[in-house]
Amino acid sequence: MRTAVRAGRQRFVIVYAPIPGQVRAYGRAMRDDPRDTRLPSSPGFWRSPLRGPWFTSVLGLVLLVGITVLFVTGLVSYAAYNPDLSPVNDKTPDKGILGFYLFAWPTNPHWLYRLNQGVHVTLGITLIPVLLAKLWSVVPRLFALPPARSLTHALERISLLLLVGGGLFEFVTGVLNVQLDYVFPGSFYPLHFYGAWVFFAAFVAHALLKMPIALRNLRQLREEKNDLVSPRPADPTVSRRGALWFVGGGSLLLFATTAGQSFDGPLRRTALLAPHGGREPGSGPNGFQINKTAAYAGIDAAETGADAWQLVVTGRTGTVRLSRSRLLELPLHSSALPIACVEGWSTSDQWWRGVRLRDLAALVGHDDPPDLFVESLQRRGAFRKAALRANQVADPRSLLALYVNGEELSPDHGYPARIIVPAAPGVLNTKWVARMTFGDL
Amino acid sequence: MRPPRIPLGSPFQLLLLACSFALAAYAGIRLLADDWFGVALWFVGAAVLHDLVLLPLYATLDRATVRGLGAVRRRDWAMYVRVPAALSGLLLLVWFPLISGRVEQRYPSATGLPEVGFLTRWLLITAVLFGGSALLLAVRLRRLRRATKQRPPAVH
Repeated sequence: MRTAVRAGRQRFVIVYAPIPGQVRAYGRAMRDDPRDTRLPSSPGFWRSPLRGPWFTSVLGLVLLVGITVLFVTGLVSYAAYNPDLSPVNDKTPDKGILGFYLFAWPTNPHWLYRLNQGVHVTLGITLIPVLLAKLWSVVPRLFALPPARSLTHALERISLLLLVGGGLFEFVTGVLNVQLDYVFPGSFYPLHFYGAWVFFAAFVAHALLKMPIALRNLRQLREEKNDLVSPRPADPTVSRRGALWFVGGGSLLLFATTAGQSFDGPLRRTALLAPHGGREPGSGPNGFQINKTAAYAGIDAAETGADAWQLVVTGRTGTVRLSRSRLLELPLHSSALPIACVEGWSTSDQWWRGVRLRDLAALVGHDDPPDLFVESLQRRGAFRKAALRANQVADPRSLLALYVNGEELSPDHGYPARIIVPAAPGVLNTKWVARMTFGDL
Repeated sequence: MRPPRIPLGSPFQLLLLACSFALAAYAGIRLLADDWFGVALWFVGAAVLHDLVLLPLYATLDRATVRGLGAVRRRDWAMYVRVPAALSGLLLLVWFPLISGRVEQRYPSATGLPEVGFLTRWLLITAVLFGGSALLLAVRLRRLRRATKQRPPAVH
């Protein structure tokens, strides 16, 4: 009865002692008997002694922090593509107000995208056990009856479908995309971006509704009873703390077998199951991680040969055609920059050598570097055309690279020439460059 | 007789949920723009598959394990089976496309990495997990046995 009185004050308490009048009106008095175990809608069906407000609250608060970081790094990653610069960079042209925060992506620090994306993907994978445990801890509520106690409660349950469906949708599309398993219904970018907003809308509402309760549950020394506590718990085989260590162990294992793909050398070898973990694609100066090989991109060796390939550079004063030997006569500069992929993996700084983008701009009459539109020889795949903003072109470390680590680029790293820009997402560092057009986009 | 009135609930929560739905609808229209059926299927399907297939599956397996160990009076061994099995299952769940070989065509041609045998790696990790767990159990049993031997008879 005391629980019933509390239910009026604290909305999260669903009562397993029948509320006089209300429950009987639904004719479900029998199912609310804690000894009844036949249906998942009866509390007695759920036997685990682990379920309870403390366990759920701890997991919920971990997810509150973790998912907020995932959402912010996701939005930052989206901004890094400069989607408002040109339609070729924008896989979500109908984003509307969801792009309200977009800004010109900076080139400093040069590891900015590497860090952001490493955190986004590695943290996402690390949080999977926490998400699964959180869902497990509240599953009895999925079956709770009556389906709705009030209009607000009914809406809250619909919102939970967006929360659970949206959360799983985001994690599943992300996990599949980093493994190159493109089975989801559409292009990854719009699905993951719009899905994130649907999920986050439900997430914020859920956090605001539940966070005060979760914090109160953690502060209380004596555990409060609620609907998640089994009325007839089975004998425990592990303590709640032990179960939490168990979840943390799962996260640690995933972290330990994933994080290494953001580093070179022995650390990469520790990422035993991550797509870009384990080993490098070869040895020598070009033996660092590749996003898409020349064969995958449909690059024909005949087109990149010394006789055939010419870079077409267009700007204010017209068009210049440069063979590779003509390019090599221009002043060459070096910069140490990483390759960092949206899939979360990255390399340490590689030593690139080539022509500065701003020197190429000056060659076609732009002393003040403007935006740049780059086209690749690549036949298929997203981002074979890409746009760079004026601040990226102006950075002295931004190169049309011809060499890496003291050797000519290999075909898989973009021979005869590739773009490399500090802090830019990997796919904007166009490989097998064929044409560059300077000017406002 | 009047029909039963449905209570409204807290107005603050109602407003909060309305705002949440407005934003979700704004993004949702765009999410569903291309292949609304496919996306809706994935969205709802993810929740349904998790709640009605994955969770009951692992809960049933866990209950069967504990019951099976209980039948041979070894219920306290549950964690020594549960931990390695769950960790191995977790790795399989997350890295299923790589481990199962679903992407074995695309993976080497895209990354330039040889088909490195993720299945083998996963099996090795699984073996290490179960081996380590067995080792811990053996150590614990030895300690228990020694403690029982050294205990003075009066305690019994």
